[in-house]
Formats: sequence, C-alpha cells, structure tokens
Amino acid sequence: MIDLLTAPFLEFAFMRRALAGCVALSVGAAPVGVFLTLRRMSLMSEAMSHAILPGAAVGFLWAGLSLPAMTLGGLVAGLAVALLSGFIARSTVLREDASLAAFYLMSLAAGVLLISARGSSIDLLHILFGTVLALDDDALVLLGGIATVTLATLAIAYRPLVMECVDPLFLRSVGRASGPVHYCFLALVVLNLVGGFAALGTLLAVGLMLLPAISARFWALDLTGLMPAAVILALAASVAGLLVSYYASLPTGPAIVLAAGLLYVVSMLLGPRGGLVWRLIPARHLEA
Amino acid sequence: MTASRDLSVPGGLTFRGLTLGYARHPAVHHLDGTIAPGSLTAVVGPNGAGKSTLLKGIMGEIRPLEGEVSRSGLARQDIAYLPQAAEVDRSFPIGVFDLVAMGLWRRVGPWRSLKAHRPAVEAALAAVGLTGFERRPIGTLSGGQLRRALFARVLLQDARVILLDEPFAAIDARTTDELLGLVHGWHAEGRTVVAVLHDLDQVARHFPSTLLLAREKVAWGATPEVLTADNLRRARRLCEAWDEDAPVCRAPVAHPHDEAGHGHAPHAPAPQDHSIHDHSTRDHPTHGHAA
Repeated sequence: MIDLLTAPFLEFAFMRRALAGCVALSVGAAPVGVFLTLRRMSLMSEAMSHAILPGAAVGFLWAGLSLPAMTLGGLVAGLAVALLSGFIARSTVLREDASLAAFYLMSLAAGVLLISARGSSIDLLHILFGTVLALDDDALVLLGGIATVTLATLAIAYRPLVMECVDPLFLRSVGRASGPVHYCFLALVVLNLVGGFAALGTLLAVGLMLLPAISARFWALDLTGLMPAAVILALAASVAGLLVSYYASLPTGPAIVLAAGLLYVVSMLLGPRGGLVWRLIPARHLEA
Repeated sequence: MTASRDLSVPGGLTFRGLTLGYARHPAVHHLDGTIAPGSLTAVVGPNGAGKSTLLKGIMGEIRPLEGEVSRSGLARQDIAYLPQAAEVDRSFPIGVFDLVAMGLWRRVGPWRSLKAHRPAVEAALAAVGLTGFERRPIGTLSGGQLRRALFARVLLQDARVILLDEPFAAIDARTTDELLGLVHGWHAEGRTVVAVLHDLDQVARHFPSTLLLAREKVAWGATPEVLTADNLRRARRLCEAWDEDAPVCRAPVAHPHDEAGHGHAPHAPAPQDHSIHDHSTRDHPTHGHAA
C-alpha cells in the first residue's frame, strides 16, 4: 500500500520534480488564496490569470516554448494589468472587478491570437494546461523562489494586509500603508499565478490557489487556522493528483485541480465548520 | 472668541471657501470658519446637508471642489474618524480584540508587538462596555456592539482631533450616556471633537458649540444661539434637491491664501437663488468657547 504511494516518486525523477514544484506552489499560493477569498476576489484572480497569457505569448513568440521567457513575459503582463486595473479602480467610478474584467478579456483575446498566429495547437495546449511533468531546474528554482518571496512578504505585510481587508477606510485614515499594501498583494497574486502557470497552465493556474483556500473555510475559523489548513489541503491535492495521473495515465494538471475540487466537496459536506452533513444532526440551542 | 481672520491656529481646522461635493454638485457650499483646537462642536442639519461630506473633507477622504481645509500642525494620524457607515467587512474572521487593537497603529505600526498594549486595549473595551468580548468574531456582534467596538478603536487612537459621524445611532440610551462621558473626557483632555448629530436635545445638553449646516453654513457659534427656531426653520427650507441642470456657481473662485484677511465669505450670491444664499447675520463664526 505504502509502496503504491511512494514508488512513483522513488522510481522517477520527473515525478519527484513535479512533486517538489507542487509543494512549492502549494506553500505559497494557498495562503494568498485565503486572502483572495476573504477579500471576495476569487473570481478576480481567475480573471488575472488570463491576463498573464499575452505576456507569455510574447515570450513564446520570442523564444519558443521556453519557460523562463514565457514566465518573464507573463509576469510583466500580469503586473501591468494588475497595476492598471488597480489604478483605474482607485481613481474612477469603476470597481476593481469591472476594470479588471475589461483588461483580462482584452488580454486573453490578444494572447490566443498571438499564439495561434505562430505556434501549433499543441503549443497552445501546453500554454493553456501547463507541463507539470516536465519541470526543469529553472522552473523549480522559479517556483521555490516564488514561494519564498510570498511567505516572506506575507509575514512582513501581515498586519496592514489584514487591516486593508477588514477596514480599508480605516487604514487609509491612519497612514499611507493602504495603497502600497494593496499593490503588494496584487503583485503576490500575479507572482503566484505565474508560478501556477508554469505548472498547471493559464487556465488552471488558480486551481491550487483557490480551491484549497475555499475548502479551508470548512475546517478553520480564523486566519491562523485558515492558512495552514489551506496549505495542507493543497499539498494533499498535489500528491493525490500526481498519483492518480501516474496510475491512470491522465493529464497531470487537471488531475491535481480535480483532486483539489474533490477535497472541496468533501470539506463542504464533512467540514466541522458549517459542513452540510452537520446540519442534518439536530442540536438544541444553547442557553446564552 | 476668535475672529475668523485668526486663521493659523495650530491644531485647529480652518475652512476657506470650502466647497465639497460629488460630480461638481456641491454638498458643502463655500464654508468659511475655524474649528478651534480643544473645542467640542456638534454639526447638525437636515439630511443631505453635507454633514458627513464635511467630515470626509476634513479627513481628506474626498478632495475639495474649491477652497481648502487647512489642518495646521496636524498630521494624518492626529485625526481619528468614526465613519457613519464603516467599511468594516464583518465576514472577515477576526476577533473584537484585533479590530480594536487596530487603533494602536500609530504606536505599533506593522511589526511591533501588541503584548505591551494589551491592558490598554482591554481598558478601551471596558470603557465601551465590551469586556469579555475580546475573542468574539466581529461577525457575531450586533450593530450597536460593533459601533461600540469602533468607538473603542477611536479611543485607542489617542488622536488630537476626533471626528464622529452619528456616533450614537443604533446605540441604546445607557451606552450613549457612557459614550458621551468619553466624549466629555476627550474634551477635558483638550482634544478637538467634532460630532455629526441629529438629537438636538443631546446637542444642547452636551455640546458647547454647534455648526448648523444646510449645504451653506446657516449658523455657527454657541449652541443656544445657533439652535433657535428661526435658524432651524431656515435650515429646513434649504432644499436637498440634486438639480441636474444647476447653473455653474458664479461666486468668485476662492483662492486658498489671498482671502485670509478678508472677513466676508468670498461669495456673491447669484440672483436667482437668493433665498438659498441667505447668509446668517454673523458671517464670522464664533468658536473657542471653553466648556
């Protein structure tokens, strides 16, 4: 039994690399996802992940299917869209989601256009769905670096970030931290999306970021519980997805995201904090 | 009493031709005057009179359409603000203690430990009657309890100027009395307090000076002289209407500095809306009453 779980990783280097990449991604992206869901920005991050595409496409046109070039392009495009839409939301009547929707639609269309103009549909599939089983050293360093930067930034900006989430007006009224913290957080989102892009492709990049974070709401009450819970769920989904894809010869990216989705359904049903099953058990109300 | 020409009172708030509004429509129209440091001022007026807008303008949350607010000698952190509808996200999983402790931002910033300040936070909670609520998630508080928690946060901010927008709305009578006690405490400590209020009896009993606002300044000075039947009638008459086709205001542009020595409001009423520009007999706001 244990052999079944460990053999693929012991036997094949590409599985170990995939596991290492997924661990790095889980550790960094899941806490960011917790903040995203708490700020009701879940769908926004999905939109942002599409904004990465034209940058990756330019990298692809320039250097072919090379991860560093596409990552750099994606990073630039994602940051540009995040900053622009953040700026527009702060200085016009448009809310952040609306201005972002405008930008991401343009980006997605431009990205698909650019790739189709030059590459084959196989290339397009690679970019859309990722290549987690073909992570090279550069990609692993990139994913590890992103996780490190993410955790360090979250630790440094934790207090103002929480304040910005709970009561942005208050944070604006006591100092100038509000703007920098907001942009800093957007940058973290883009960084982790680019990491997710490398492993899972643009369409599923948000999968490991959001699904574990959403599931964590059924396991923990406050931030100090939510973030570890999300990381653990993301790690579990990564391992399960890799194993399933290995034994059943299924594409790895979708398998990982589906595993995270399955964990979400289980959490929703059985999670101790408001899981559906617990509603079926009648409990009398308390005295006070 | 200080005349309005005495403009650079350190720690005071001075309005010069201040016009605040949304999409060019003024909500506060050509307001002149000074809130003296250490004063306890109530801002009253009908709905849509620009009271909350005035507080937002003082905070710098919205930019003046014209004129200026000068906050001489006051940094941003010196002004504490309790908004009417706080933007608090009540679904965020955070406890009452942490919400209130945000008031310590000026002292602890992003990294310093809260441990040393724990007694201060607990004292602030006790002052608003929320002892024992430290670990309660803010989502489980009632509207009045959340309001009290926000009051405790203002208490911790230890600011020189405190702006309260309808602080006692949704708060029961006993707590209101306790919170009014806190307001008097701030006044006694020499802090400047400006509160938007609707209960005129409360204003008359607790606030030495009052600004009666109805987009224009209707009257500003000692509370008994402001809250006269005549003034209140005039405030009610000034319309709340948002006139989509309102003409461009023809008052000369108030230049922030060159009007300083000028006693009168820099304002020539347009003929067609003369009744609205019915200035109070006192163009010089009076203030600076010690309690």
